[in-house]
Amino acid sequence: MELRPILATLRRHKVILWLLMLEIALSCAIICNGVFLVAQRLRHMDMPSGVAEHEVVQIQQASIAPLADRYARAQEDLAALRKIPGVQAAGMSNQVPFGGTSSNGNVMLSPTQPHRTLSTATYFGENLLPTLGLRLVAGRALRTDDYVDADVVLKSLADGSEKGFPMPTVISQALAERLWPRQSPLGKLIWLTPTASFRVVGMVATLARANAYDIATAQYSMIIPLHMGAAKDQSYLLRTRPQDRQRVLAAAAAALKRADPTRVITHMRTYDQIRSDYFRDDHAMAGMLVSVIMAVLLVTGLGIVGLASFWVAQRRRQIGIRRALGARRADILHYFQTENFLIVTFGIGLGMVLAYAINLFLMLHYELPRLPGIYFPVGALALWGIGQLAVLGPALRAAAVPPVVATRSV
Amino acid sequence: MFGYYLDLALRSLRRHKVLSALMMLAIGLGIGASVTMLAVLHNLSGNPLPGRSNVLFHPQVDPRPADLPGAKEEPPDDLTYLDAVNLYRLGVAPRGAVMSANWLPVRKDAPDSPLAMYTDRATTADFFAMFGVPFLYGSAWSAQDDANHAQVVVLSQAMNQKLFGGADSVGKTLVIATKTFRVAGVVADWNPQPHFYDLNSGAFGKAEQMYLPFFTWLDLPQDYGYGPMNCWGNDPNAGTHDPKAKQCTWAQFWVQLDTPAQVADYRAALVQYSRQQHQLGRFQREPDVRLRNLLDWLDYKHVIPVTVRMQTWIAFGVLLICLVNTVGLMVAKFLRKSGEIGVRRALGASRRDVFAQCLMEAGVVGVAGGVLGLPLAWLGLWMVRQQPVSFAASAHFDPSMLGTALSLSVLSALGAGLWPAWRASRVAPALQVKSL
Repeated sequence: MELRPILATLRRHKVILWLLMLEIALSCAIICNGVFLVAQRLRHMDMPSGVAEHEVVQIQQASIAPLADRYARAQEDLAALRKIPGVQAAGMSNQVPFGGTSSNGNVMLSPTQPHRTLSTATYFGENLLPTLGLRLVAGRALRTDDYVDADVVLKSLADGSEKGFPMPTVISQALAERLWPRQSPLGKLIWLTPTASFRVVGMVATLARANAYDIATAQYSMIIPLHMGAAKDQSYLLRTRPQDRQRVLAAAAAALKRADPTRVITHMRTYDQIRSDYFRDDHAMAGMLVSVIMAVLLVTGLGIVGLASFWVAQRRRQIGIRRALGARRADILHYFQTENFLIVTFGIGLGMVLAYAINLFLMLHYELPRLPGIYFPVGALALWGIGQLAVLGPALRAAAVPPVVATRSV
Repeated sequence: MFGYYLDLALRSLRRHKVLSALMMLAIGLGIGASVTMLAVLHNLSGNPLPGRSNVLFHPQVDPRPADLPGAKEEPPDDLTYLDAVNLYRLGVAPRGAVMSANWLPVRKDAPDSPLAMYTDRATTADFFAMFGVPFLYGSAWSAQDDANHAQVVVLSQAMNQKLFGGADSVGKTLVIATKTFRVAGVVADWNPQPHFYDLNSGAFGKAEQMYLPFFTWLDLPQDYGYGPMNCWGNDPNAGTHDPKAKQCTWAQFWVQLDTPAQVADYRAALVQYSRQQHQLGRFQREPDVRLRNLLDWLDYKHVIPVTVRMQTWIAFGVLLICLVNTVGLMVAKFLRKSGEIGVRRALGASRRDVFAQCLMEAGVVGVAGGVLGLPLAWLGLWMVRQQPVSFAASAHFDPSMLGTALSLSVLSALGAGLWPAWRASRVAPALQVKSL
């Protein structure tokens, strides 16, 4: 296929050529950035939690008045919950991965360090490994005799004494890799305050934070053996089979109310609900971006249809002459398809620059990362595709122009 | 000539149905997307209390220790318990209200009635007068009730509906957190967006379901906290939610200051208070006070979510693409009519006449596109309302948006048609007439 005649023709219709190129460039820029943002959201929504997600339910309660002995109440509640048929494991925690409300601490590698090394999620809970289904990859889980009541520890902290420290802790693999790369974390110490030290006794593969803003720091977690006692901020977590979840939740609510009729059940949800609630903004944003991309492709496609039809009508005479001189229908069809391909290619060239510029703007004002090179071909392919699809109709109509048109003067 | 041009424009549109339809669809889509986001932006950035916002101010003081690693420049948004009570009792401003929010278990004062959790705002008597809260039944409690720690409650219309079937419940009793409260009033539907008075749990969403006197609320035997707390330093009482903790801020405070002189006086009073606290050894920093007006406060807190601003830019990008599209299609259309334009020019029409007629056509396309864009905008707003975002309820169609949509559509169509119309008016009549 000779390109020079096509280029020569395009040079004579500069106006429409430039308009088409501008439109395709804008579409390319929006599509490249749009697909990138969607991919970003999907990556965010894909973060692992470490939890056996379809098997865990959460129930939270609150008493009307502060309790006399909240530790005893917590143990009674856990005992009652374990008796429910279908409950495989029961535990307590102050937060759950992607739960929304978080409790974090500042990690330091020595007691005299002036600034923290990083922030980590501090899980205060019992029986977390079997209940959440966390996978232990090194060391041991926390034992019953490791646990201390929260009041005792808080008193030590208030007094500034080191009594009771270092406490054992189980950390996530990501935290271990970050603090001691390529070493075994077992036996190492970390400090949350100048007197509160923790010795690593075990490591789990994955345990996400309750509020994971950044994928890079989403997996920094540590489990600390503290009895927090029954309180409005503590959740009871139960592990059961997926098909038993609703029944177990209802039975758990009933059991807790039986133990204390004046308490109120504030939350009861499955872990799947917790996760979908946390990511619903990402979900919505991804959906909106996809519809914007569809709309942009539709408008561009319609524009190409309109302009190509006009161009074909404008050049009926030339097409008739070509056909009269011996061109086949297929030649005319390929001519218009190639012409469209060239225009879209020029537009995409301009569009790459525009996409990069828009990405810089987004980086500056909305703190988004740089557009990786792989997304430029995505916009290019989408526009080539929609261009060819749009030009098909007008090109077929052009191919249907009979040669006799060349003999007419109108 | 206006009627004639209109007639010509309509005929031309009917002659080139497909091209015209494509243009109108393109403009309609662009307008639909832009008007959706403009409506959302308009609703979110509006003044929540027009008419009162210029007299409402948000005082802030800085009780933080001198060396706090990672501390922000600005003083904390909320006050500690001691500062809130001191400023409340300062008495320099004509009106002032302390407040915070949580949720509490409530049941009707009848045996065996079910317990349910309701959100509440604990505040002082001036809250209702300051913010112009309308009452359906009864009225607010008095300053005397605040001082006496009276057990009175003001219900929202929705809560009144749920508990008392919407009847006049003034004087009836409820049991809140095991204490008996008397209903003093029921407020009509009041939910300013954003709820500027407390931005701790997001700026948009539902208002609280009941209002209690602040000091009564502090006395309640309850385990539901005192609102989001921001504490600094090594907190020995971490997790116990002591409202009187010296290193935790959680209470909101608003004052009404009617004249600029009062504003200046109050600012001086805040500085004086900070200095006094510094002498007493409580404040470690130099006096660093803020007294922001309501609208400045909303600006400072960036209440418009980032996603909304990004989506607005995206919507304008779509509109731009649609307009470029329209320019191309209009060039195509006007060039198709070269013969007709040539005849008109040969018959004596000036360039300006042709230009005006082409612009008229662009205008008609704009009006049609705008009318087409309105249901698309309505659909867009419906989609925004389906999103699980806090401001979903604010995404409704404002009648003022109708005018905006049509004028935006006509203006952008005219803008898009300027250059094609100019091109069309420059058609040489002789060349066109010759080839007919």
